[in-house]
Amino acid sequence: MTETPISSILLVLLASVIGSFGAVFLKLGAEPLKNGLRYIFNWKLIAGILFYLGSSVPYVLGMKHGELSVLYPMVSASYICALFWSRLFFKEPITLGKIGALALILLGIVCIGTGARG
Amino acid sequence: MAHTNRKSIYLVLGCTLFAAAAQVLMKFGAGHPLPIPDFSTPARAVAFVVAIFSNAPLFFGYCMSAGTALLLILALRDGELSTLYPIIAMSYVWAIPLSMYYFGDKLNIWKISGIALIVGGVALLGRFGAPPSRAGK
Repeated sequence: MTETPISSILLVLLASVIGSFGAVFLKLGAEPLKNGLRYIFNWKLIAGILFYLGSSVPYVLGMKHGELSVLYPMVSASYICALFWSRLFFKEPITLGKIGALALILLGIVCIGTGARG
Repeated sequence: MAHTNRKSIYLVLGCTLFAAAAQVLMKFGAGHPLPIPDFSTPARAVAFVVAIFSNAPLFFGYCMSAGTALLLILALRDGELSTLYPIIAMSYVWAIPLSMYYFGDKLNIWKISGIALIVGGVALLGRFGAPPSRAGK
């Protein structure tokens, strides 16, 4: 069994945070689409896609070393970040239902990461 | 209060299916030898581009990823980010049967529990994110 280096954990966490910003920009850029699909080329959507592509770099680097059971749950940090950004930028309520759902999803990802070892 | 309609939730679910299929295609594509970028002469540059496009799994994998992004954007247009974004975790669930079929991975109790927990969480999001079904009555 190999140890998971701290650097891998930090890289995957970094990817998660960048990815959550990508989601925020996609949401911002999706707003103009209410007036028609021709508004699809706006800088916010492009920024969102660039954030997503950018997040894959630290993700791939981080996933090179270490165990999936440790690294997979780090990915779900982006869901937690997104919950706070949603509150901050879009005034979406943080409800018990959402927290419970997120907790279940997080536990599920931990389980799948653990199962991937075998 | 802005709610998330069911259509957006189904769009993100479709998006995760696409994402899982794209991952399988890319993994297949990565198994092919990648062409070396060489733009020294026009003929070599053309040969490189042709080689990229002729790696069909990789090419379609990228196309499907683009499709995934489009579905996600359309869903986000009409729904809450905090409801829709965690649904992306469903791609972990689809990846399990796909990698069993294509790469011979084995199922175990951890994976089964993980699938159950994630599906449960997504169902909760659907329940609390979508407008109450009684509203119309």
